Amino acid sequence: MTTMDTRVQPRLLDAAAADLGEHHRGHGPIPWQGGVGRMIGELQSAGLTGRGGAGFPTWRKVAEVATAARAVVVANGAETEPGSRKDDTLLRRCPHLVLDGVQLLVEATGADEAYLYVKPGDAMASVRHALTERHGWDRVAVRVVAAPNRFVAGEESAVLAAIAGRPARPADKWLPVVHSGLRGRATLVQNVETCAHVAQIARNGARWFRGLGTRDEPGTMLVTVHGAVREVPIGIALSELVTGPVLVGGYHGAWLSSPAPHLSRAALAPFGAAPGAGVLHPLAPGRCGLVETAAITRYLAGESAGQCGPCRNGLPATAALLSALADRTAPPDAVHRLDHLTGLVVGRGACRHPDGTARLIRSTLTVFGDEVRLHLAGRCSR
Amino acid sequence: MTDALWYLGRGTGVMALVLLTISVALGVAARSGEPLGPLPRFAVTAVHRNSGLIASVLLVGHVVTLLLDPYAQLKLIDVLVPFLGTAEPFWLGLGTLGLDLLLAVVVTSLLRMRVGVRGWRAVHWVSYAAWPVSLLHTLGMGTDAATPWLLALSVLCFVAVAAAAVYRLTLRAEVSR
Amino acid sequence: MTTLHIDWTACHGRGLCAELLPELLATDPWGYPIARTGGDVDVPAELHADAVTATKFCPRLALRLRAR
Ligand SMILES: Cc1cc2nc3c(=O)[nH]c(=O)nc-3n(C[C@H](O)[C@H](O)[C@H](O)COP(=O)(O)O)c2cc1C
Ligand code: SF4
Ligand code: SF4
Repeated sequence: MTTMDTRVQPRLLDAAAADLGEHHRGHGPIPWQGGVGRMIGELQSAGLTGRGGAGFPTWRKVAEVATAARAVVVANGAETEPGSRKDDTLLRRCPHLVLDGVQLLVEATGADEAYLYVKPGDAMASVRHALTERHGWDRVAVRVVAAPNRFVAGEESAVLAAIAGRPARPADKWLPVVHSGLRGRATLVQNVETCAHVAQIARNGARWFRGLGTRDEPGTMLVTVHGAVREVPIGIALSELVTGPVLVGGYHGAWLSSPAPHLSRAALAPFGAAPGAGVLHPLAPGRCGLVETAAITRYLAGESAGQCGPCRNGLPATAALLSALADRTAPPDAVHRLDHLTGLVVGRGACRHPDGTARLIRSTLTVFGDEVRLHLAGRCSR
Repeated sequence: MTDALWYLGRGTGVMALVLLTISVALGVAARSGEPLGPLPRFAVTAVHRNSGLIASVLLVGHVVTLLLDPYAQLKLIDVLVPFLGTAEPFWLGLGTLGLDLLLAVVVTSLLRMRVGVRGWRAVHWVSYAAWPVSLLHTLGMGTDAATPWLLALSVLCFVAVAAAAVYRLTLRAEVSR
Repeated sequence: MTTLHIDWTACHGRGLCAELLPELLATDPWGYPIARTGGDVDVPAELHADAVTATKFCPRLALRLRAR
């Protein structure tokens, strides 16, 4: 893979517009596709994947929802991942781009309801203001719903619960939300960055979109490093963004001992990692990876919605054991027990919170293996 | 012949009370989440369900025989609407109430998959009312109330459910400690 | 072929299912069913009847069978 130039022209972040007039001058009206099929085909050719973390091909979700009679579109701007600022930045700088994308998804799915879910604050104010300007632009009025600042509140079924006026907790997935979401209707939940990409693909075409990124994972993505948001082509060398050991993909992500690989699903998969929502946490110099991860795990355990037994019991047990390891008070079989505990929680919850937490723990034990041995011997290299 | 109906009516009534007691006691005890001694949990559940079902069948027998029995002077309306009967309206009404409550519990339980766990649980709570109501009905209405054997049986039923409740509450207290 | 789906938000870990389907389910240290295969549980034809019983006996209605 060739190293990408980091100084390519940003796409999303360049589309900033203070108001609808400026947005219109820069980008024109909403590029309606004239029906259900075209947008789906264009998204498929573009190869756009979700930017909310799971990286699922967007066209497949859209096509699934488009088959239903009365669909719902939800733009997910919850951004509950600590340290992530990209959705906030996008919604403050180019709310109209995101809202154009929402309308195009409304057209593509034939939806008659649309929501934007975002935490109260500047981003929400920006969206609300933008919506007041858009009378006559939008096919379906977008309702803004407040997201609570809890980690699992951004998970798609939790988003739908919040919109329905219930606590923002994930629900069982007997039927996937694309078939049975808000009030049982087929529902398309897309991250707000994904929506912005949809708008740009509709304007500029799939070929243009594929001009950056890798062949299998085209386009750009927003990343947050130390609270700063950048737009980079997928497949960029991580070494251009960070140095030293780094936690890739946020708190549900995985540690890398060095930023050697590139930022794409394919390149990170051998390391058990994935780009996720683009959050990079470099290990601060002089800090111990075990101590850092123990703190993160305690946070994640506290953010369990407490509904599913394995998650409610397993995450606190994991956090306690990892904390003991960090404090050098862990029993000698701590690693074995952590392996066992993470094995017990994977795939055993209504959402992927336990899975994400297990991934973090496993990468920690691998990447900081030397540190683990030192800690078990009562020492620490830091 | 009419004597036979009268005895059958009382017999089915008493047996229904006994089976209902078994069902309630097991239901109360099993809800603690701990297995009952060496019994597998599903076995406890199976006995709980089946004794409840048989109790309802016996109850229907109890009502039908007494409807047919001229001595009992039971009218159809008394079977469904409590506290209207001419003879012993209060004690009879308790029986009617118990029947209505039990029917609600049984019907929602048989349709549990449709009703959903919330609605089912809400209705199931009334089984806690159906049991004491039935016990009082037996004691008050039963022509046998004065007989020592019915008194003894009632005490046994009461002890069974009380023991189950104590078992469950102590277990829960241990768990929450 | 059917699969057994567990609604983790409903399951209270009472373990009836593991008693009825020991071939497919064990219990974890907290009493919750753990699929011997992971995820939704594949139910072979000969265990279908037992699996149906398990769905009916689950006190929380947390189990459902899905035809494949
Ligand atoms: C615990 C948890 C938290 C999540 N939080 C967010 C979030 O804050 N924002 C978001 O867009 N997606 C979040 N997701 C992913 C969503 O469930 C969903 O996959 C996503 O919004 C779909 O949009 P996309 O396909 O455009 O990425 C979360 C998932 C999990 C399991
Ligand atoms: S897996 Fe954990 S975080 Fe997800 S719904 Fe269940 S209890 Fe909540
Ligand atoms: S029987 Fe139902 S509630 Fe009990 S452990 Fe199994 S799935 Fe959970």
